[in-house]
Amino acid sequence: MSDLNKLGLAEARDALRKGETTSVELTEACLKAIDAADALNAFVHKTPEIALERAKAADERIKAGDAPAMCGLPIGIKDLFCTKGVPSQAASRILEGFKPEYESTVSQQLADAGAVMLGKLNMDEFAMGSSNETSVYGNAVSPWRRGNDDTQLTPGGSSGGSAAAVAADLCLAATGTDTGGSIRQPAAFTGITGIKPTYGRCSRWGIVAFASSLDQAGPMTKNVRDAAIMLEAMCGHDPKDSTSADIPVPNFEAMLTGDIKGKKIGIPKEYRMDGMPAEIEKLWADGAEMLRDAGAEIVDISLPHTKYALPAYYVIAPAEASSNLARYDGVRYGRRAQLAQGDGITEMYEKTRAEGFGHEVQRRVMVGTYVLSAGFYDAYYNRARKVRTLIKKDFEDVFAAGVDAILTPATPSAAFGLGEMTEADPVQMYLNDVFTVTVNLAGLPGISVPAGLDKQGLPLGLQLIGRPWEEGDLLNTAYALENAAGFVAKPGKWW
Amino acid sequence: MSIDQSTAAKVAKLARIKVEDDALPALASEFNTILGFIEQLNEVDVEGVEPMVSVTPMRLKRREDVVTDGNMQDKILSNAPDAREGFFAVPKVVE
Repeated sequence: MSDLNKLGLAEARDALRKGETTSVELTEACLKAIDAADALNAFVHKTPEIALERAKAADERIKAGDAPAMCGLPIGIKDLFCTKGVPSQAASRILEGFKPEYESTVSQQLADAGAVMLGKLNMDEFAMGSSNETSVYGNAVSPWRRGNDDTQLTPGGSSGGSAAAVAADLCLAATGTDTGGSIRQPAAFTGITGIKPTYGRCSRWGIVAFASSLDQAGPMTKNVRDAAIMLEAMCGHDPKDSTSADIPVPNFEAMLTGDIKGKKIGIPKEYRMDGMPAEIEKLWADGAEMLRDAGAEIVDISLPHTKYALPAYYVIAPAEASSNLARYDGVRYGRRAQLAQGDGITEMYEKTRAEGFGHEVQRRVMVGTYVLSAGFYDAYYNRARKVRTLIKKDFEDVFAAGVDAILTPATPSAAFGLGEMTEADPVQMYLNDVFTVTVNLAGLPGISVPAGLDKQGLPLGLQLIGRPWEEGDLLNTAYALENAAGFVAKPGKWW
Repeated sequence: MSIDQSTAAKVAKLARIKVEDDALPALASEFNTILGFIEQLNEVDVEGVEPMVSVTPMRLKRREDVVTDGNMQDKILSNAPDAREGFFAVPKVVE
C-alpha cells in the first residue's frame, strides 16, 4: 500500500486487521511525512522512538488477536496533554523543560487502546487564541492556500497544530481541546472533522487547565466515522477528575446509520449575524437543505441570549485562567527568571511570570484578576455566571421543544492570513468564536463538519450542536451531513 | 467603567506579573477595550437568576478522606528549577 499516512483511522484499522499493512509501516509513513513538513510547524516535539516502540507492540497485539479500536494507529497529541517523559509545555515559555512524571488520562486511554503517539502538536499558548499565533514555538501554518497565492494562512486555534497535521496527512488523527471553539474552529479552517463532547465526557486530568468549567478534550479526524472511533477511546469516567461523568460510553461507531428521518433540526435565527459573508449564509442554507433531503425536519428556533455568550465567556474564561495559572510561579516546575542581587520571592514571581507568559496570556490573566477582585466580583463575574445560566436555559428550552440538533455555521469566515489580525484589537480576534462559544458555556456536544469551499478555495465548516450526552446521535446527524456534502477537497502539497 | 494606569498597575501587581511603567498606558487601553465589550452584559435582566456553579447537573463524587498516593519526593522535585536536599528552594521570603 502506498501513502499510508493519507489513510483515516477506520481505513487503517481495517487494513491492519486484514493484514494488508502493519503499524510499523503506517508509523514510518507518518514519521516521513512529518519530517518533510517542518514548514507547517505542526509537530513541535517529535517522538519517533516512542512511536516505533508502540507500533511494534501494536503489531504484536494485532497478531495475537487483541486489537482494540485504536490499535496500531499513529496519532498526534496536542502539547496541552501531559505525556510522561515527553515535553509538555502548553506552547508556553513558562513550561520550558517540563517533562511530566505522569500521563494524562485521555492520552493514557489512547495508548492503552493501542494508539501510537508520533509527537506533540503546536497550539496557542495555554490554548488562548484562535489562530495559533500566540505559541512559543511560532505559528503553525495551514496546509491550505488561497489558490495560487502563497500567503501563509492560519490553521485556526487553539488546536492549530492538530488541525494542520491532520489536514496535511502527517498523522491519521490528533487530539484537541476546546474551551471556546478550539477544536471546531481549526477543524473548519482546515477541512477536517472535530468534535467537542459534552462537558464531563473526557477526563480533564493531566490536561493543562485553562478554564476548568469550559475545557473539554476531543478528537480531530479526517471524517465522522474516525471521530466516532477515537472519541469512544478518549471518553469514560475517571475518579481523578471530579467533574468526569460516571455514565456508560456507547459504541459511537455502531450508531452511524446515516438515517436521520424524523429528526428535528433547529436553525437559530440569532446566528444570522450582520455582515455575515454571503458564502457562509449559502453554506448554512445548503446544509439545512441537505438534512431536509435526508428526511430531517428543519425548524426555526430562537436562542435569545446568544449575543451575550462572547462577553460572558470573556469574563468567565479569564477568571478561571487567572486562578488556574497561579500555579506557574517558578517554584515547582518550568522556567524561573534570572534574579538580581537582593530580589526576594515576590520579584521572583513577578519576573518569572512576566518573561514566562506571552502577551495574550498575560492580558487574560490580568483581566481575570480584575473581574475577580474585590468590588468587581459581583458586577462582572457573578453577572457573567447568571448570563451563563440563561444561555444554557435557551438550549434546554429548544431541546425540551423536541429539537434533536442545531445547525449553525462553524466560523464567521474562512481562514485568514497569519498576521492579518495583528493590528486588530483583541475583541476582533475573539469574534472568531462567536458560533462555538455558546456550546462550551452550556456544556453541550458540538461537531464541525467540512461542508464546502469558498471562492478562494478554502474550506468552510458547519457546526451541529447536540443534546447533552447524546454524542452518538449527534455523530449520526453529522454523518448524514457529511454524506450529503461529499466534501473531498485536500490542500495541494507545497511544503 | 474606565481603567486608568494606576488601576492597571494594581491589577498587574495582584496577578504577580511585572509590567514596566512605560507599558502601562497600552495595557490600560487594552483593558478598556475588553471591559467595554464585557459591559454589554449589563443589558441582560438577571433578576432572580442563579449564577451557574455546575455545568452539568451532577453531584460531585465523594471518597474516603484517606491518603491514596505519595512517597514520590524525587518525582515531585524532578522538574523544579531549584531543588536542594529534598526541598523546593526559593529566594529569601523574610528578612
